[in-house]
Amino acid sequence: MDIRVRNIVKDYGRTAALEGVSLDIASGELIALLGPSGSGKTTLLRVIAGLEIPNSGQVFFGDEDASFTPVQHRKVGFVFQHYALFRHMTVLDNIGFGLSVRDSARRPPAGEIRRRCLELLDLVQLSGLEDRYPAQLSGGQRQRVALARALAVEPRVLLLDEPFGALDAKVRKDLRRWLREIHDRTGHTTVFVTHDQDEALELADRVAVLNKGRIEQVGTPDEVYDRPGTPFVFRFIGESHALAVKVAGGKVWLAGRPILLSPEDMGEGPAQLHLRPQDVEFAAYAPDALPARIISVRRSGPTRRAEIRLSDEQDAVFEIDAPAALSVRPGEERPVRILRGRVFSGD
Amino acid sequence: MRIRSVIPGFVPAAGITLLLLGLLVLLPLAALVLRAASLGWSGVWDLVTEPRVLAALRTSFGLSLAAAAVNAVFGTLTAWVLVRYEFPGRRLLDAAVDLPFALPTAVAGIALAALYAPNGWIGALAAPFEVRIAFTPVGIFIALVFVGLPFVVRTVQPVLAEAQQDVEEAAATLGAGRIRTILRVVLPALVPAVIAGSAMAFARGVGEYGSVIFIAGNIPFVSEIAPLLIVVKLEEYDFEGATAIALAMLTVSFVILLGLNALGSWSRRRFGHAR
Repeated sequence: MDIRVRNIVKDYGRTAALEGVSLDIASGELIALLGPSGSGKTTLLRVIAGLEIPNSGQVFFGDEDASFTPVQHRKVGFVFQHYALFRHMTVLDNIGFGLSVRDSARRPPAGEIRRRCLELLDLVQLSGLEDRYPAQLSGGQRQRVALARALAVEPRVLLLDEPFGALDAKVRKDLRRWLREIHDRTGHTTVFVTHDQDEALELADRVAVLNKGRIEQVGTPDEVYDRPGTPFVFRFIGESHALAVKVAGGKVWLAGRPILLSPEDMGEGPAQLHLRPQDVEFAAYAPDALPARIISVRRSGPTRRAEIRLSDEQDAVFEIDAPAALSVRPGEERPVRILRGRVFSGD
Repeated sequence: MRIRSVIPGFVPAAGITLLLLGLLVLLPLAALVLRAASLGWSGVWDLVTEPRVLAALRTSFGLSLAAAAVNAVFGTLTAWVLVRYEFPGRRLLDAAVDLPFALPTAVAGIALAALYAPNGWIGALAAPFEVRIAFTPVGIFIALVFVGLPFVVRTVQPVLAEAQQDVEEAAATLGAGRIRTILRVVLPALVPAVIAGSAMAFARGVGEYGSVIFIAGNIPFVSEIAPLLIVVKLEEYDFEGATAIALAMLTVSFVILLGLNALGSWSRRRFGHAR
C-alpha cells in the first residue's frame, strides 16, 4: 500500500512539531525517518498511524483519504520504542489481541487465531515461548513479540517508532538485519523512525531527513550520504566539518588560496565548505596544497584520524583520515589537499 | 548465622523489626489468646455461637466485605478520574479523598446519621418510600463505604498514574475501541492494586466502630456490629464474653486477610507483575 502525506502541520500548543510536511512512500518500500530529537519524526509517524490529529494536511493510504479515519480502523501495525506489550497476557495472547478484539463477524475462530499466532511466532523466531509472559523475555525478544503482534492484524503499513532504541548495541545490530529480512519476506510498506544514522543508512531503501519540523532531504542512503542537499543533512549524516570560505571570481577561496573546487553556480560572497574526514589527504607540496600543522593523531579502525589546523587560517580545524601506514605525528607541518567537499553559500 | 549481602544491616534491622512487632502487635494478641484460653475451647465456642454474637459477627464481616467490594469499584473509578482528567477543583477533590482518614470517626458517624436519619436531608427523601437507611444494616454499609474509600483510591492511584500510555495506544492501533481497551488492557493491570486496596478497606471496615455506632441503631440481631457487642459485654463486666468475641474476630479477620493476600500475590503473578 503506498502512502502519501500532504502538507501536514501539527503543533503542540505553542511549539510547532511539523511545519508542512509532504512525503510519498512507495508500496513495499522500507523508509527511515531520520532526525535529531525534536525534529518531528515521531510526530509524523504518529500522524500516519492516526495517533495524532494534525492541525491541517492529509494522509492518503493508496487512493483512500485516511485523514479522518480513527486509528482503530486505519489498519496499521505500530511498534513502540518500549514495546508496549500487554504484560498480563501471554506472548500468544499478545500476538492474538488484534484478531480477538475484532467484532464477531470478522473475528477468526479461536483455533484459527492460535494457528496464525504460532505462525507469526515462528516468523519472529520465538517458537516455544508462546506461554511466557512479557516479563520473562529479554528486550530483544519483547520487541520481536511486539512486531509479531503488529503483523497479526495484516496491516496496510508497518510503522516502527525507534524500534531498537531501548536495546543494547549488539542486539540492535542483529535485529536490524533481521527486520530487513522480515521486510523482504513479507513485503509490507514499512516506515521507521530513528535518530541513528547508521541504522537508517544500513536498513532503509530511502531516508527522509527531518529537522525542526521540516523534511530537509529524501533520498537513497547513497544520495543523502554522498550528495547532501542542505548543510544540515551534511552535518547530521556522517562526520563532517564546516570551514568558512569565500566565493569570488568563480573560485572557492580558503585561507587566502583558491582550492580546486568549482562552486556550483552560486553567488559571490561568504560560504561554508563542508568536508568529511575522507575528503582531505596529506599531499606533497603542490600548487593547491594548504600548509597545515597536525594537532593530534589517533587510531580509528583501519585508518589514522588526524586533527589538523591550517597554518594560514587558525580557525580552520578539521580532521583527516590518513592511511595507517602513513607516519604522522602531532606537531608536524604537513600540507593537505582538499579532494572533495560541498560549498553552501551564506555564513 | 551470617548473611552476606550488598545491603548491610540485615541483622539489626530484622532484630528491631521483630522486637517492635513482638511488643506492639504480637504481645497484646497473645494476651488476648491467653485470656481466652482460660475459658477452655468449649467455653469460647459456647460464647461465640450464642445467636446474638453470631448475628453481630455476620453483620460485621458481611457488611465489611460488601463495602470493600463497592469500594473496589468506586475507589478505582475515583482514582481513574483523579489521574486521567484535568479539571478545575481536581486538587481539592484529591485532598478530600483523604478526609475519612483524618476525620475522627465519631464526627463522620454523627454527620452520616444526621444525613440519613428519617428527618435528615437524604433520609427524608427516602422516608416516603418506606425506605429506612439510618439505624439499619444499610446505614452501617454506608458508613463502611465512607471510611474504606480512601484505601482503594490511594492504592490504585499511583499504579494508574504509572501505567504506560503506549499500551493503550498499542491496543488502539490493533483495532480495540475504548471500552475494549479499558476492559482488556487497563483494568487487568490494576487488579493487584484493587485487591490490595480492598483488603485494607475490608480490614478497616471490620475494626470500624466510631462512625458505625451512630448510624447503626445497634439493634441486636439486626444492626449490631461485633466491636459494639464487645463494648456492651465489657460494660456488663462480662470479660470472658468480650474476649471470646475478640478472639473470633481475630481468627476470622486473619483468615480472610491471609486469603486476600494470597489472592493478591496470585493476581500479581497472573497479571505479569512478578519477574
